[in-house]
Amino acid sequence: MPTKLVVDCSTGVTTEVELTAEEIAQREADAAAFAEAEAQRLADEQAKAAAKQAAQDKLKALGLTDIEVAALVGA
Amino acid sequence: MALTYVAIATTTVGSGGTTEIEFTNIPQTYTDLLVYLSIRTEDTGAYNGATKMTFNNNSNAVYSFRRLLGNGSAASSSSGSSQTFIRVSNNAPTTSDTASTFSNSMLYIPNYTGTTAKSTSEDNVSESNTTTAYAQLVAGLWNPATQAAITSIKFTRETLNISQYSTATLYGIKNS
Repeated sequence: MPTKLVVDCSTGVTTEVELTAEEIAQREADAAAFAEAEAQRLADEQAKAAAKQAAQDKLKALGLTDIEVAALVGA
Repeated sequence: MALTYVAIATTTVGSGGTTEIEFTNIPQTYTDLLVYLSIRTEDTGAYNGATKMTFNNNSNAVYSFRRLLGNGSAASSSSGSSQTFIRVSNNAPTTSDTASTFSNSMLYIPNYTGTTAKSTSEDNVSESNTTTAYAQLVAGLWNPATQAAITSIKFTRETLNISQYSTATLYGIKNS
């Protein structure tokens, strides 16, 4: 059973308390939400990187040098 | 000379880790609060989420933050509003990182007994003894519908447990 630490500042005593069923359910929901958000963040990052590379390739196809492309897009 | 910097309570995570650390019954006799947090996690992987900080068991969407992050090779920033927590101790070392390395934070919470919105500031470095070491500054705000003094502070991982030997210490700061 997962536990949490509760530190009572009025006594200085730390107590290890088992999570309730509701707390466990909330924790599982939070973890699932995080996994979904993290997957979306990674997908967004990959899409952004792919778009940047495509833009650089198009600029080079127009005749720009690597230095000129880097000056424009910061890469 | 009056004591202006007092250790109120401290805890160290034991074997098996823990899902959260909560300071309760915080005395209302100080001007500000200061928390030193040293966290390692039982997560795996390169990015493992943050530690969630909430006040008074309030997990409503009444928190916001602004963050400045550097990792040794790049800098970035982010912000969020209508959050259900303030992100702290981001990028803490995981089971994939060098053993016995931790993410260390200093969290300052001024005017915690007041009845206005509560601001927070975090100064954090996650040392993993590798070429990438995260350093960040985070400004947070707790702005609940009904303002209240802070009587409890909870730290919960976004994913898996806080590891053994992680510590949290709460200090009270007085202005006189």
